[in-house]
Amino acid sequence: MIKLKVNGEVRTVDVEDDTPLLWVLRDEIGLTGTKFGCGVAQCGACTVHMDGQPVRSCLTSVADVGDSEIVTIEGLVGANASKEAQAVQAAWRALDVVQCGYCQSGQMMSAAALLTENKKPTDEDIDAAMSGNVCRCATYVRIRAAIHDASRRLEA
Amino acid sequence: MNAPTRVPAKGQPFDLNRRGFLAVAGGAGLGLMIGLRATPAGAAAGPVRFNPFVKVAPDGAVTVIVKHLDKGQGVATGLATIVAEEMDADWATIRTEFAPANPELYANLAFKAQGTGGSTSIANSWDQYRTAAATARAALVKAAADEWKVPVGEIKVESGVISHPSGKKGSFGQFADKAGAAPEPVAAPQAPQFKDPKDYRLIGKEGVHRVDNDAKTDGTAIYTQDLKFPGMLVAVVAHPPKFGAKPKSFDDAETKKVKGVERVVQIPTGVAVLAKSTWAAIKGRNALKVEWDETGAETRGSEAMLAACREAVAKPGVATATNAGDAEGALKGAAKVIEADFAFPYLAHAAMEPLNACVELKDGAVKITTGAQFQSIDLAVASQVAGVPMDKVTIDTVWAGGSFGRRAVPNSDYIAEAITIAKASGLTTPIKLVWTREDDMKGGYYRPMYAHKVKAAIGPDGMPVAWHHRIAGQSIMTGTAMEAMLVKDGVDDTSVEGASNLAYAVPNLKVELTTIKTGVPVLWWRSVGHTHTAHAVESVIDELAYAAGKDPVEYRLALLKDKPRHTAALKLAAEKADWKGPQSLGKGKGRGVAVHESFASYVAQIVDVSIQGDGSVKVDRVVAAIDCGLVVNPDVVRSQIEGGVGYGLGAALRNAITLADGEVEQGNFDSYEPLRITDMPKVEVHMVPSGEKPTGVGEPGVPPLAPALANAIFAATGKRVRDLPLGDQKFTSA
Repeated sequence: MIKLKVNGEVRTVDVEDDTPLLWVLRDEIGLTGTKFGCGVAQCGACTVHMDGQPVRSCLTSVADVGDSEIVTIEGLVGANASKEAQAVQAAWRALDVVQCGYCQSGQMMSAAALLTENKKPTDEDIDAAMSGNVCRCATYVRIRAAIHDASRRLEA
Repeated sequence: MNAPTRVPAKGQPFDLNRRGFLAVAGGAGLGLMIGLRATPAGAAAGPVRFNPFVKVAPDGAVTVIVKHLDKGQGVATGLATIVAEEMDADWATIRTEFAPANPELYANLAFKAQGTGGSTSIANSWDQYRTAAATARAALVKAAADEWKVPVGEIKVESGVISHPSGKKGSFGQFADKAGAAPEPVAAPQAPQFKDPKDYRLIGKEGVHRVDNDAKTDGTAIYTQDLKFPGMLVAVVAHPPKFGAKPKSFDDAETKKVKGVERVVQIPTGVAVLAKSTWAAIKGRNALKVEWDETGAETRGSEAMLAACREAVAKPGVATATNAGDAEGALKGAAKVIEADFAFPYLAHAAMEPLNACVELKDGAVKITTGAQFQSIDLAVASQVAGVPMDKVTIDTVWAGGSFGRRAVPNSDYIAEAITIAKASGLTTPIKLVWTREDDMKGGYYRPMYAHKVKAAIGPDGMPVAWHHRIAGQSIMTGTAMEAMLVKDGVDDTSVEGASNLAYAVPNLKVELTTIKTGVPVLWWRSVGHTHTAHAVESVIDELAYAAGKDPVEYRLALLKDKPRHTAALKLAAEKADWKGPQSLGKGKGRGVAVHESFASYVAQIVDVSIQGDGSVKVDRVVAAIDCGLVVNPDVVRSQIEGGVGYGLGAALRNAITLADGEVEQGNFDSYEPLRITDMPKVEVHMVPSGEKPTGVGEPGVPPLAPALANAIFAATGKRVRDLPLGDQKFTSA
C-alpha cells in the first residue's frame, strides 16, 4: 500500500512500486484529467505538479512521490486552487484555447507553474516553459495569448 | 476525403435503408451527454424529442444531437450555433450530445453514410439542422398559439422565451410536451422559413464560446482513454514489426508474472495482453516474447519505395487524370521550360490521443464506445467481425483527442482489433483496447509517399502555355470498399486532387498518375491529396512567376481571372499582410505566398521567414485569408486555420515516417517530433465576407502552408525546397 497526497487529500493505493504516477492517478484514483500521450516524457500531456513543480507523471514512479504534494488538473479548478491556477482557467476559457482538448490539462499545469515562478512572462519565457507540451491541434497561438491574459488577470 | 455514396465493408454491401435498424438503434439511447453544462437543479428527467436533432427539456434547455464526431474541429459548437440561431433559443441553455450510430437518421448527406470527414460537417448539415430547428420552433410557437388562442403570426420568440403582445409569456420548456406531442404535419412545416441573415445574433458573431470549452478546460471531458466500465479489462497488443507479418508463436511466461494480467490471446494482428489496469497491460505486453511469421510481409525500405515513385514519374503515367490541349507539344516549342521534381514522405496522423476503443460482446450484441468517425463502416465491420447482425451493434461516440483522418478507416482497423480481442478472449466484460504511442506511430495508415514531376513552360509574355504533371504514389481508395466508386479509369482522385483541377488558366494541361503498391497501409490525412498537390502546384507557379519576372501575387491574380473566390482570398491575404513583394522584408528574410482551394473552401497564406545564424529557418508570421462561405462561428474558423497552419508546418519542417527493411523507424515524439510552441509563428486569420453556403474549415488551412513556406525560403535564399520535409537543411541568405 502506498500513500499519496493528491489535490490536498491523502489517498492509499495498492500498486507496484514501479507504477508510473500517471496510471495511479488515472486508473486507481480515477482522476482522468491527466492524459496519456507518449509515455516517455516527450509530450507533456501527463504534466502534474509535484510540490509545485511541473513533472511528467508518465515517467515518475509512484514510489518516488513520497510525501510530495501532487496537484492535478482537477486541483487546478475551484476556489481552493491557487490564484495562478484560477487565472489560467479563466484565461483558457475566455480565449477558447481548446480544440480536441486532450493535451490541455498538461498545458495548463505547465502554464500555472510558469506563472507561479514568473508573473509577467515574455513570449520567450512562455516558449521556454511550454516547449515540452505538445499540441497536435497547434493551439500554440492561443496558449501564448492565454498565458499573457492570465498574467494580466494576476496583476488586476 | 471525398464523398463515397455507399460505404460497405469490403466485399459486403452495406444497405443503408435497412428497415428495422431504425427501430432498434433509434431506441437504444441517444448517445452520451457531451456538453458539460450541468443539468439545472429541478430539471425533469424527460426532454422532449422534436426530431432526430433537437430535444427540449421541461426546464427549457435545448439539446442538439450532433451527428458528427468532434475531434477538436468544433463541429459540436457549429451545429449547436445553427440550431440555437434558427430556434431563437437561449445560447446559455444549449447542450450537445453525440448521436448514436444510425445511418438512417444521421447520415452525412455528402456521403450518404454516417461519418465525418472531407470538411463536410457544417456544409452537409447546414440546411438539415436549420430545418430541424425551424421545425421545432414552429411546433413550439403553434403549441403556444393554441394554448393562448392567438394567431401564430402574432407570436414572438427571443432567447428561448415565447411571447405575445397581450403580455402572455412562456419558456420553450413550458410548451415542449405539447409541441413535441403534436402530430407530424403540425410539427413539420414543409418549407420552413429560415431566418434572414441580417437578424442573426449568433451565426457569424464573435463571443459565442465553444460548447466543449468548459469540460476541456477543467479536465472533465471524457475521451475513450478515460472510459471505465465495471469489470473492464484493458488490452494492449504486441504488434508485428513489419506490415503484413503475423504472430507465429509466443511465450507469455514473464507476462503472466505481471500483477493484474488476466489473459493473453493471439489474434491475427498480434498478441493481446488483457489486464485489470493499463499499466499492467503495458508491462505485460512488454514482457511478451513473440515469434513472427513474416511470409508476405513488406520488407522494403522507404528509400526503395521512393525510388520506385521517382522512377515512375520519369516515365509516362499509367493513367491520365486530365488532358486538355497538348501539353507535351506546347512544351517542345516553348520559350522557357521549368522542370521540377518533388518528393513527399509517409506521414503519421499522430493525434494526441493514441488510438483506442472500448467494446463489449455480450448476449449476441456488440456495444462500442469510442471516438467513432465513420459509424456506417464501423457498424458493418463490427457486425462482420463479431458475427452478429448489424442491428445488434451499437456505437456510442465520445470526444476524440484529435484524429486528422485516422479514426475514419475503411476497415475500422482499431475497432475491429478490439472486437477480435474480445471474441478471442471469450469474455463478456467490457474491453478497452489501448494503443501506446509506439503502436499508433508504427501502426500504418499513413499519408502516402508520393513523387511528382512537373514540366511547365511560359510563352514570350511570361504567361504559362503548358503544364505537364506526373504523380506517383499509393492509392488510398484502391483495395477498400470505396474503390469502385472513387477510382475511375485507374485514377484515384485523392492522388491527384488539387493538381488535376488546376485553378490557373493554362491552355495545355496534362496530369498523369502511376499508382504504386506497397505493403504499407495508407489513409487520408488532414486535407488528403492536397497535402502534396498544393505544394507541387504552388511551388511551380511561383517558379513561373520568377521566370516571367513578375510579382508572385500579381502573377497568380492574372491567372485566376475566372476564379473570383481564389482571387478574393488571395487579395485579402496580400492586403492584410501588406504584401510588397517577396523580398520586401530585407536581407535574410523572405515572404512566400500560396493560394489553394480544397473541400470547396479557398485559402491564401503569406508566410514570412527569417534565416537564422545557424542557417536554420524560422517562420515568423503567417497571414491567412479564407473564403468558406457563410461563417457560422468566426472564432472556430480562426482556430481551425491556426491549427491547419501548425499541422502543415510541423509536417513541412521535420515529419517523415521512414522504413528500414520494412520496419518503421519512428516510434514516439522523439523521432517524429511534432511542431512545438517554439516553432509556432504568429498567425493572423481573415475571412472573406460571403453569402455562399458554408463550406469546410478543418482541412483547407493545411495545403497552402508548405508551398508558401518553400516560396518564402526561396525569396530569402534563392534555394527551392521541393522535397519535404525540410529536415535539418541549412540555408544561406541570398
